[in-house]
Amino acid sequence: MTYLFLQQYWWLLVSLLGALLVFMMFVQGGNSLIFTLGATDDERKMLINSTGRKWELTFTTLVTFGGAAFAAFPLFYSTSFGGAYWLWMLILVTFVVQAVSYEFQNKQGNLLGARPFQFCLQLNGILGPLLIGGAVATFFEGSNFLVQKANLLSLTDDAGGGLIISSWANASHGLDALLCPWVLILGFALVFLTRILGILFFINNIEDENIRTRGAERLIGQTIPFLILFVAYICHVLLKDGYSYDPATGVIVVEPMKYLHNLIDMWPLAVILVIGVFLVLYGIIRTIRSNTYIGGIWPTGIGTVVTVLVLLLLAGWNNTAFYPSTADLQSSLTIINASSSEFTLRTMFYVSLLIPLVLAYIAYAWRSMDRKKITQQEIKESHHTY
Amino acid sequence: MTLLTVDPQAIDWARAQFALTAIYHWLFVPLTIGLALIMGIMETCYYRTGKDFWRIATRFWQRMFGINFAMGVATGIILEFEFGTNWSNYSWFVGDIFGAPLAIEGIIAFFLESTFVAVMYFGWEKVSRGFHLASTWLTGLGATISAWWILVANAWMQHPVGCEFNPDTMRNEMYSFFDVALSPYAVDKFCHTVTSAWIIGAVFVVGVSAWYLLKNREAERELALQSMKIGAIVGLISSVAAAVTGDESAYRVADVQPMKLAAMEALYNGGEDQSLTALAWVNPFQQPDYKNEAEAPMRLAIPNGLSILATRTLHGYVPGVNDILKGYTRQDGTVEPSAQEKMERGRIAIAALKEYRESNGKDKEQQLAKLKDNIQYMGYGFIKDESELVPYIPVNFWAFRIMVGFGTLFILVFAFMIFLNWKKKTASQPINDGGQPFGPYPKWLLWLSIILIPCAYIASESGWLVAEFGRQPWTIQDMLPVSASVSDIGSGAVATTFFLFLTLFTALLIVEINIMLKQIKRGLAL
Repeated sequence: MTYLFLQQYWWLLVSLLGALLVFMMFVQGGNSLIFTLGATDDERKMLINSTGRKWELTFTTLVTFGGAAFAAFPLFYSTSFGGAYWLWMLILVTFVVQAVSYEFQNKQGNLLGARPFQFCLQLNGILGPLLIGGAVATFFEGSNFLVQKANLLSLTDDAGGGLIISSWANASHGLDALLCPWVLILGFALVFLTRILGILFFINNIEDENIRTRGAERLIGQTIPFLILFVAYICHVLLKDGYSYDPATGVIVVEPMKYLHNLIDMWPLAVILVIGVFLVLYGIIRTIRSNTYIGGIWPTGIGTVVTVLVLLLLAGWNNTAFYPSTADLQSSLTIINASSSEFTLRTMFYVSLLIPLVLAYIAYAWRSMDRKKITQQEIKESHHTY
Repeated sequence: MTLLTVDPQAIDWARAQFALTAIYHWLFVPLTIGLALIMGIMETCYYRTGKDFWRIATRFWQRMFGINFAMGVATGIILEFEFGTNWSNYSWFVGDIFGAPLAIEGIIAFFLESTFVAVMYFGWEKVSRGFHLASTWLTGLGATISAWWILVANAWMQHPVGCEFNPDTMRNEMYSFFDVALSPYAVDKFCHTVTSAWIIGAVFVVGVSAWYLLKNREAERELALQSMKIGAIVGLISSVAAAVTGDESAYRVADVQPMKLAAMEALYNGGEDQSLTALAWVNPFQQPDYKNEAEAPMRLAIPNGLSILATRTLHGYVPGVNDILKGYTRQDGTVEPSAQEKMERGRIAIAALKEYRESNGKDKEQQLAKLKDNIQYMGYGFIKDESELVPYIPVNFWAFRIMVGFGTLFILVFAFMIFLNWKKKTASQPINDGGQPFGPYPKWLLWLSIILIPCAYIASESGWLVAEFGRQPWTIQDMLPVSASVSDIGSGAVATTFFLFLTLFTALLIVEINIMLKQIKRGLAL
């Protein structure tokens, strides 16, 4: 295993975690639709209890994404989180309030009542995907930061250094990203995608005719804007300039249509992308057309993972700067200059061999729990409901 | 020459924010770990005996677990990401080592916990008894493994091992994963922290059960008596284990963080035959005049206690604050340079590194050699004044005594409860069968059990105050000070998020406590 292989391997794993996170955000998408799909209190309770049995997994995927990024690409972790401070803080706050909202909302002694917590679930349901989508878009659109390692050695005022290695070149600390229309386009595409996934998950997980019918009807309204936004963004990415680096010198240059070139150079990814998009559409269309089909979450979910994975691989593989700096070209981060040492990546490689085992027990537990679908009767009789 | 250009207020706010998040996080996590053990024991009783009582008891404590669990998760995510958001330099400087435990924690522990916690809550009627029991234990195991990895990371900050500085990448890089993961400091820290979490679980269970007995709640009487029995056994074993591991931790602190030990003991001037301070007057609101005072006033001490604790010998040498600042000779004969010398050599290391990065050829090699000679003290190059090297003594001194004092009390209380259970077996029988309303426990002990709940939290948080305040001014002991670890964020921004989290966490804590109290009041009623 060469150092380069390990760097690419870890970009693959971080990308996979990012892709799984997007899929698992069906929890957020579902929560944003609680009042749309649930006409009565009983129906809303079923919806909340449906996503409420999976939210910990979404949360864990987000945390593990952060941990893996820290371990494998610490310069990205220190630059992005320390720089785009407000963007990440907003994301975190929406997830914090979501975490407690399930357990607290309907418990006796909840001083605030159920409404604020239901609002928090919806807030996270919309802002979570929007902001995470926006953060992902910065992998293509770039961010306004500088990296200067020698700053750490600037002990004096007169040396002109600020002691801090990574700094943001403007005062907005990440909020500037939300002024970029393309960032918002990908962000909203993710909002609609997670709502599609949420509906498909409810249809699969809840045995209730009203919710299933209403869900299938609402799918169209989510799918059309998603497709428009997604196709627009894909076209934009494939045609835009990207940053590429010389693997021998590390020097970064602007390359027109870099991501299109990546797709051509790594043509198997193009094939996988097409398969991913097909699966996404297959799950949606079959659910809309058939009253009895409830398994749409699986093809659409797998398609989502595959599609997002390919997009993230396009951002980091093939000598591409995955975190471009719009303030200083040479500060841009690549899987070479931002990664951990070979020793750490190799050690982590061995740890990552446990991932199939983790996926296997998640699948087993998921299947065991979801074999019996959620019903009104179960929610009424169960000792532990949200 | 003015050292450091980072806004000092931003550093303070970043510290305050991290401390706030960590303190809140540690309000919830120990109960999660502690209750998981007790729930596991109870469900195992259900699995083995088939008695419905144990299922009901498990589900009751599971309800408490659930209310608490979400807050632990919510505060935990902020902690992890704050390394990046508020400690950007730190994240690069040691991310090669520090990131790995965090990633492993996610892959191995968090997924285990989050997968099986859902089965534990909702799977009673959906999966087999065996699978459910396994899920309960796996949830607890996940929480405990998670504690292992985050404590490995924390122990590494206290005693960095298994790494070396790479001047080309400008960071520390790991060369031995096993040195990091199995550092004796980490092993002690894990054992001490997890056993302290079990104490909180036990104290909570015993305290809640005591309330049911005091209130003569007939429906919950058996739950209370059985829970108190299990709680007392878990509590005694874990508090004795915490004392043993605490002693071992202190021994290691003496070796690798002598300044922390000196601050914990308010030991200004050390020497041989050092006594262990039981109590003394250290003004909680003012750093003592350690340079001029011989020792803290009104000192009650155990002769030679500190020498035994720190060196495992009766007459061992223990350095005080002033000795460490002036330089001293260790037990093994090695000479520890003065603070001034370390600071000077630290600046030489930084200057050599700067030259190394800017020069070529032979000069580069010379600078590298100079850097290697002084790299051990590079962190000291960021220190402005030697007084910065002394942590805030009052916090360390009092927090240590609060922790040890309550820990001793827990041992006595749990041992007494077990004794009463053994001595007055008939008192636990049903009341119409000769049992007593309060079981074998006197009324005062039941009240004390309730009072001990907040005490357990205070003791546990005090332990963390000692660990973290005692490490100051370092983020990573002797390697990187807090002042050089921060992000490029203005103090206003960090202050804003500090108050945001303060308000949010406090509001949620109030809601959680109120829900918890209502649920306790509700008891076994559905």
